[in-house]
Amino acid sequence: MYKSGHLNGMTDTQEKGAISKADIVAAIIASTREVFSTMLSMEVTWQEIHLQQTIAALPASGIISLIGLTGPWAGTGSISCNAEFACTLSAKMLMGACPEVNEEVLDAIAEITNMIIGNVKTVLEQKVGDMGLSTPTVIFGLNFQIRSAQTHEWTGVRFTSGGQEMCVLVCLDPATPKNHRTGFQFPQLLSA
Amino acid sequence: MLDVLIVDDSAAIRKILQRVLRQTGIPIGNIVEAGDGREALEALKTQTVGLALLDINMPNMDGLELLGHLKANETWAHLPVIMVSTEGSQAKVLDAVKMGASGYVRKPFNSDQIKEKLAEIL
Repeated sequence: MYKSGHLNGMTDTQEKGAISKADIVAAIIASTREVFSTMLSMEVTWQEIHLQQTIAALPASGIISLIGLTGPWAGTGSISCNAEFACTLSAKMLMGACPEVNEEVLDAIAEITNMIIGNVKTVLEQKVGDMGLSTPTVIFGLNFQIRSAQTHEWTGVRFTSGGQEMCVLVCLDPATPKNHRTGFQFPQLLSA
Repeated sequence: MLDVLIVDDSAAIRKILQRVLRQTGIPIGNIVEAGDGREALEALKTQTVGLALLDINMPNMDGLELLGHLKANETWAHLPVIMVSTEGSQAKVLDAVKMGASGYVRKPFNSDQIKEKLAEIL
């Protein structure tokens, strides 16, 4: 079942200092809509992705951008889409033609990732305090899967615009002495 | 003519900011680009600017550290600096203002927000 086209409300009873999945979903939707409307002049619709569908929701090939989150809660943010949509997003952002994936497209996707996950971070900081953000890593390839070394639980939203799709995923856990690092929690990337 | 320093690790954002600056109606002269704070300091050894737009999260030297260097340098201490960053937390904005930033624009931004901030400062 999908929860489509509306924001999930934050729960009233959640523990202070904790982040719920609903918080993450709401932050992803608000942030992505703002980036699309402000920087790309595009409207999006969205569907929350359930956990067991998260990996299947990723494109088998195309572009995946990863960015690390550190602090009291730590993990990874990810954006993925096919090459065609990456070129569309880059062309909209730069107001020029982007016929194929090149350095310019990769840079534009990195910045879109930075803005979307950066604003998710800003929203979540209101609940848990200051968090850090790494610089994004963008990969263009085939048949990839992702998993975090820290957690397997990803919260995700699939966005659609002009018939094309993009997935925004976040995995976050409370930092513990075991997993709390001061640097970038670099995810593992596995090629099938 | 106003010469401007744009410091951002994203070439896309530097390109967008250049376009916005050229559309403001303010006579813009030379635009100096740098991908991080170190590159910016290197560029400022040989070039003069009248305004700086700085990202915060960058490799090698971030925007707040660069801002500190600029404000500690007699030559650049009075340079108007606008921070343009995804860092939207109140603490980060206050840090930048305390360190001497003249303005703060959060990403994502539209051209009107940049124009308004320039009108306030210049």
